Amino acid sequence: MKKIYFDYAATTPVDTRVIKTMRPFFKEKFGNTMSIHKFGQEAKIALEKGRKTVADLINAKPNDIIFTGSATESNNFALKGIALARRNLGEGGFAGHIIISQIEHPCIIETANWLEKQGFKITRIPVNKYGLVSPLDIKKAIRKDTILVSIIHASNEIGTIQPIEKIGKICKNKDIYFHTDAVQSFGKIPIDIDKMNIDLLTASSHKIYGPKGAACLFIKEGVKIEPILHGGGQEMGLRGSTINVPAIVGFARACEITKKEMRKEGQKIAKLRDKLIKNILKIKDSYLTGPPCGEAGHPENRLSNNASFYFSFIEGESLVLQLDLQGIAASTGSACSSIKLEPSHILLAIGLKPQEAHGSLRISLGRWTTEKEIDYFIKVLPKIVKKLREISPYA
Amino acid sequence: MPNGTYSKKVIEHFQKPHNYGKMKNPDGVGKVGNPICGDVMHLYIKVEKDKKGREIIKDIRYETFGCVAAISTSSVVTDLAKGKTLQQALKIDSNKVVKSLGGLPEIKYHCSLLAVDALKKAINDYLSKKT
Repeated sequence: MKKIYFDYAATTPVDTRVIKTMRPFFKEKFGNTMSIHKFGQEAKIALEKGRKTVADLINAKPNDIIFTGSATESNNFALKGIALARRNLGEGGFAGHIIISQIEHPCIIETANWLEKQGFKITRIPVNKYGLVSPLDIKKAIRKDTILVSIIHASNEIGTIQPIEKIGKICKNKDIYFHTDAVQSFGKIPIDIDKMNIDLLTASSHKIYGPKGAACLFIKEGVKIEPILHGGGQEMGLRGSTINVPAIVGFARACEITKKEMRKEGQKIAKLRDKLIKNILKIKDSYLTGPPCGEAGHPENRLSNNASFYFSFIEGESLVLQLDLQGIAASTGSACSSIKLEPSHILLAIGLKPQEAHGSLRISLGRWTTEKEIDYFIKVLPKIVKKLREISPYA
Repeated sequence: MPNGTYSKKVIEHFQKPHNYGKMKNPDGVGKVGNPICGDVMHLYIKVEKDKKGREIIKDIRYETFGCVAAISTSSVVTDLAKGKTLQQALKIDSNKVVKSLGGLPEIKYHCSLLAVDALKKAINDYLSKKT
């Protein structure tokens, strides 16, 4: 049985080099970073070294990196932390206005929904058919009481890369904090927080071949933010919790590796991805979602590892399970596969009808994707689509 | 290869669905759609009399646009109904369908209702045409 992993946007295996770096921190170097003895100090030194490595990847200062347990936590921290610190800037001395896009990850959307219930005002900026936010729309949406703009850097579903440098500039000129959820882009494309005018940035370890359980929020020096986890004063008093040293050491090692390899790896993956897209679009009634790529497209607008489609007349969960039965792991934004039984909000935001989103398929490639795997997929998928269409009343 | 979401039986039906496809000149048709998640099912029956003169479902087919649970419930409901009298077939309920599949995730129970509704609708379609 083949085992082909095409779901790198969901999570990645941990790189062997990362595991090797982490290993001593479970048993020999297990100390608590808050302890003054040798065990603790050894762990503390490793933590601070890791902080510098992560910071280096985005041209940040080490002390502006706050480690967290997950990207969800980082995004909650960014929105709630800024909201609490700046709420008195709103009209009437309470609450304020936050701008997000319609294609954020659920942890931003749900946090914004919750803040709305607490009295904050939320604007959700629409996107065009490729999933792009217009910086002009952001500019127009900014009000006197706007306290934060939070726009996802690259879409987890359709791979769209937002013009965050322009958005950051607008925010900077208006003196408004700008946060970006960079979970999918961090470690895959270069990020420079100064050049891109970013005040806060979320990144995660397990999307870049590091372990789960480590993530960070970059908070630019001077940004006013309240902690969400109060406790023993860890992370400059901004995030209480015993430091998960092995995971952070692994996260840092993953950053170190990707810093060296990202350019070459991105090019290799993009080539494989373009071959895949070209061949899959030969299937009748199949459509690419997200920005066009390849020679005729705008590769700079799309993550190199993302290929997303929809197929008329069939449903995504069935498609994913049929692929799984053939040894291929992929994912879908179909309503049937969601806990809420609703189609992906991202696919609806780019203008897909619910029945179109129903047949969606996301392929995300990674470090160990081979051309042989792409060739196998190109061979297998048309047969699966055909089989499911034989069962469907519409085909 | 075990699946943590679906039972072995569900996967079996999904992998090799029984009785799928269009039917020429069906005696009854049941078309149902699920407003919750968008799945659609068309079910066709052929009715004949058995030796005792009772009306039975001689043949049954379906076409389904839907998820794993929708396809496997379609498959199993046609298995359950095939060869049964109309009265027996009308008694097939979603519990029976879920049980025959060795269980379904709770969030997918509505798929079993869809299959049962399609069957009932097809039988009623036949009965209404007869009178």
